[in-house]
Amino acid sequence: MTNSRKTGLAFAAVGVLLLIIGFMQSWNVALGIFNLCLISAVMALGVNMQWGYAGLLNVGVMGFAALGGMSAVLVSQAPIAEAWNASWSRLFISAICFAATIAASIVCYRKLAPGRNRNLALTLVIVAGLFVTRQFLDPAISSIESIEPAKTGFLGGLGAPIIFSWLIGGFVAAGIAWCIGKVALGLRADYLAIATLGISEIIIAVLKNEDWLTRGVKNVTGLSRPVPYEIDLQTSPWFIDIMTWWHGGALEALDSAARQQALKQFVIDGSSIFVKLCYSGLFAGVLIIVLLLSVRALNSPWGRMMRAIRDNEIAAGAMGKDVTRRHLEIFVIGSAVIGIAGAMLTTLDGQFTPTSYQPLRFTFLIWVMVIVGGSGNNMGSVLGGFLIWLVWIEAEPVGVWLMEAGTGWLDEGNALRLHLIENAQHMRLFFMGLVLLLVLRFSPGGILPEVVPRQKSSD
Amino acid sequence: MEAVTDFINALVLLLNFIVVPGLSYGSQLALGALGITLVFGILRFANFAHGDTMAFGTMITILVTWWLQSKGVSLGPLPTALLALPAGILLTVLLLVITDRSVYRYYRHHKAVPVTFMIASMGVMFMTNGIVRFVIGPNDQRFLDGERFIVRARDFKETTGLAEGLSIKVSQGLTIVIAILLVAALFWFLQKTRTGKAMRAYSDNEDLALLSGVDPDKVVLVTWIITAILATIAGTLYGLDKSFKPFTYLQLLLPMFAAAIVGGIGNPIGAIVGGYVIAFSEVMVTYAYKKVFIYLLPQSLEPEGLLQLLSTDYKFAVSFVILVLVLLVRPTGIFRGKVL
Amino acid sequence: MSFLSGVNMVGGYGGADILKGCSIEVDEGEIAVIVGPNGAGKSTAMKALLGMLDLKQGEITFRGKDISRLTPQDRIAEGIAFVPQTNNVFTSMTVYENLEMGAFLRDDDISGTVSKIYELFPILEEKKDQLAGELSGGQRQQVAVGRALMSRPAVLMLDEPTAGVSPIVMDELFDRILEIRDKGVAILMVEQNARQALHIADRGYVLVIGENRHTDTGAALLADPEVRRSFLGG
Repeated sequence: MTNSRKTGLAFAAVGVLLLIIGFMQSWNVALGIFNLCLISAVMALGVNMQWGYAGLLNVGVMGFAALGGMSAVLVSQAPIAEAWNASWSRLFISAICFAATIAASIVCYRKLAPGRNRNLALTLVIVAGLFVTRQFLDPAISSIESIEPAKTGFLGGLGAPIIFSWLIGGFVAAGIAWCIGKVALGLRADYLAIATLGISEIIIAVLKNEDWLTRGVKNVTGLSRPVPYEIDLQTSPWFIDIMTWWHGGALEALDSAARQQALKQFVIDGSSIFVKLCYSGLFAGVLIIVLLLSVRALNSPWGRMMRAIRDNEIAAGAMGKDVTRRHLEIFVIGSAVIGIAGAMLTTLDGQFTPTSYQPLRFTFLIWVMVIVGGSGNNMGSVLGGFLIWLVWIEAEPVGVWLMEAGTGWLDEGNALRLHLIENAQHMRLFFMGLVLLLVLRFSPGGILPEVVPRQKSSD
Repeated sequence: MEAVTDFINALVLLLNFIVVPGLSYGSQLALGALGITLVFGILRFANFAHGDTMAFGTMITILVTWWLQSKGVSLGPLPTALLALPAGILLTVLLLVITDRSVYRYYRHHKAVPVTFMIASMGVMFMTNGIVRFVIGPNDQRFLDGERFIVRARDFKETTGLAEGLSIKVSQGLTIVIAILLVAALFWFLQKTRTGKAMRAYSDNEDLALLSGVDPDKVVLVTWIITAILATIAGTLYGLDKSFKPFTYLQLLLPMFAAAIVGGIGNPIGAIVGGYVIAFSEVMVTYAYKKVFIYLLPQSLEPEGLLQLLSTDYKFAVSFVILVLVLLVRPTGIFRGKVL
Repeated sequence: MSFLSGVNMVGGYGGADILKGCSIEVDEGEIAVIVGPNGAGKSTAMKALLGMLDLKQGEITFRGKDISRLTPQDRIAEGIAFVPQTNNVFTSMTVYENLEMGAFLRDDDISGTVSKIYELFPILEEKKDQLAGELSGGQRQQVAVGRALMSRPAVLMLDEPTAGVSPIVMDELFDRILEIRDKGVAILMVEQNARQALHIADRGYVLVIGENRHTDTGAALLADPEVRRSFLGG
């Protein structure tokens, strides 16, 4: 089939690009990019489920990714006993108050007839409930945040291995997606887009400001790792043995003093590559699992129904399919996948910095991946994730290089030249937009268009 | 007597920290939301590039302002940026017309679904954002000159003898005056001119408008021109009032969308009302009322906390919550949207 | 050669052909009515005359000129006006503004035409500053016809003008249509209420699956026992 050949060719091209980076820059850089490619691919798969399978426009990818990142912190950080001791009773009461508020508003909503009175009662219940909750929450928060604010000042986490956060991140993102889906699905498509844009901004605002939760803009650094530390590897005899064996030929040629020196360098370089390879293995594992499940789901009756709904919502609805419910399902699942990817990303970074979540990078770039790769095609999304991330990363050095070359005729200290070189990195935004528009216009199916496993209809 | 002074002091506080900032921020949002609502009414898609269109127009205005300042040109007490505005508008019109010709027109002629337009607008957003950052950089830029205040807090206190001061910045006054003039001009245009009526008709019932001989290309062109004017002026006023940073303009998308939807998307009056609703809610919910209550309540009842409902960092949450409420209770918005 | 005629029209909306070689003609000062069962292609035939679908075959002439290649907008500029069956007024605009939009392509003074339309439909003058969306179904239909007449068309096409209005309003509307005809306008109308429509028709077409089945004067069709049996319910 030509399509599978095209897929193979496209991925081979990406592989060649990575190899070129490996040879030209360094294997460390190439692997670093590869790891982010894997994460981007998972994220793109999540968006593809929502957009490609169901036609749902989620413009809040950033928020769900950040929820995954938050989970990484909350799962892996050690609990701060002092903070818990100082605040647990108040936290407990405020949690109860909060739950009671929600329960009361649900009761109000169900028992009262729709109309002005119900709206009024709901407002009263919610305002009063939140007021009471805050009576307990505010002191609890200030007691938490006052404990060693420079070092901790938050509750900490569960102290569990960080790899569990990938799962938890998925669940947290799914939960929030369920809430937002309940409100915005079933309305017009563009309202969902704007609602998701809003929720993502709010999630980031919460993460930036609720210091007791994730230290806010003070960031959480030094997250634990699911893979060994370089420094440990460098002192492990088995690793040194591997390196000695691997670089045997090169080491043979040197005298013993130089050999010791060279081996040390090999071990240092090797350790960082080894760590990256470990990550690659983990991420690739997740990617393959998600991909396999996606492909199976897409080809199952459920997936066919999804596509039917996407292609003709009215007809599917008339045939008795619960369109809103199916949409909610796919929206929740897709967001969960994005959450998983977000947790993986924070794990890889080893730190959680809320300010780094920017919509252009975390929402719109993922969209470019999905559209360029091929909406509705899982392999397309993976390819898009790889390709676009590569371009995004490499556009910066290439842009700077181009600007330097292009302005070579100007003086070294020329203001225009300096400005162009300094701002060259921003041109990649321009370039990404251009790629998106070109693909959308001239090849709306993307590089690997959706494969529709059915006979072509007469029109 | 003291009770009266206390009451007036409390009023001045509210005026200074809620009414004046709310009016000026609301005017900025209203102008921005008007652009979104016009594009929605005529071209029928949610334009994600609108924030960056504002940033682009403001950037041009800033560059021309700097050039004028370097030539020693000034408007006396008023900001030089007002002189630079026409240039900003002109280039923004150019930008939007080029975008329409090269991007949106194709989809319009092929009767693409609104979602395709939206995704295309994301591409345009990326490109515009790239241009803005490339030319002026991602950092804060200030370009306000001339007189800073219409009313200074200190002068106000000295003249009135009150404990609380009222300050009105030139940028705030300008924002409100220009917004009123601009909105009046827009409504005159939509209600009274042939082209304006054609736009309303096209927005109301595209097929029937075509049957009446309305030229769709002309309507779309005029829509983009008006959008460029509104966006550039809104962006410049916002930049004068606060400061110019490309990222902030991207973030303004949310409150502007919220304003347009809350008022009833596609409805200009709705966009204006929505702008003020969002702005006042943001300001009121994030203001700390402690001092107001100190003036109003007897000493024994003085509040302990700040009496702030939400920290200012959550102002986006306010627009979002209002948006969600409207979507739940009345999805068509306050003024039954979808038409001009 | 009639004033407006579509001869041997074949075509549809992209899929299967709806029109399979039907011909429709109308002359000045004459009412032509197209009737027929559901799915016969009545509205499609009218829209073909207006240029709203691509014809594979057939020729459309107006005032002896071939207009087959013109866009709907250009045909309107030539003097054809069309009142769609639904969504035929600008709901968010006032009655007067609706009339104004009807005269959008005119550059001259429209006040004379407006007062003629007020004479024809007095209710419109009364409600001229009200939004068209707030009017009753029958009143809206009057606005729609009024809007179409504002361009002073030579041909007025009406797609089921009486759909969804009460019998009294229908009679009233038909009276107005007769008045318009008497001013020399050619009227082409698609109607569900076949019997009443044929009463006022100078020319009647019975369409069945995209072909002409019967063509005669309205009175003759009403008298034809086969037409009565098959299409008028006895």
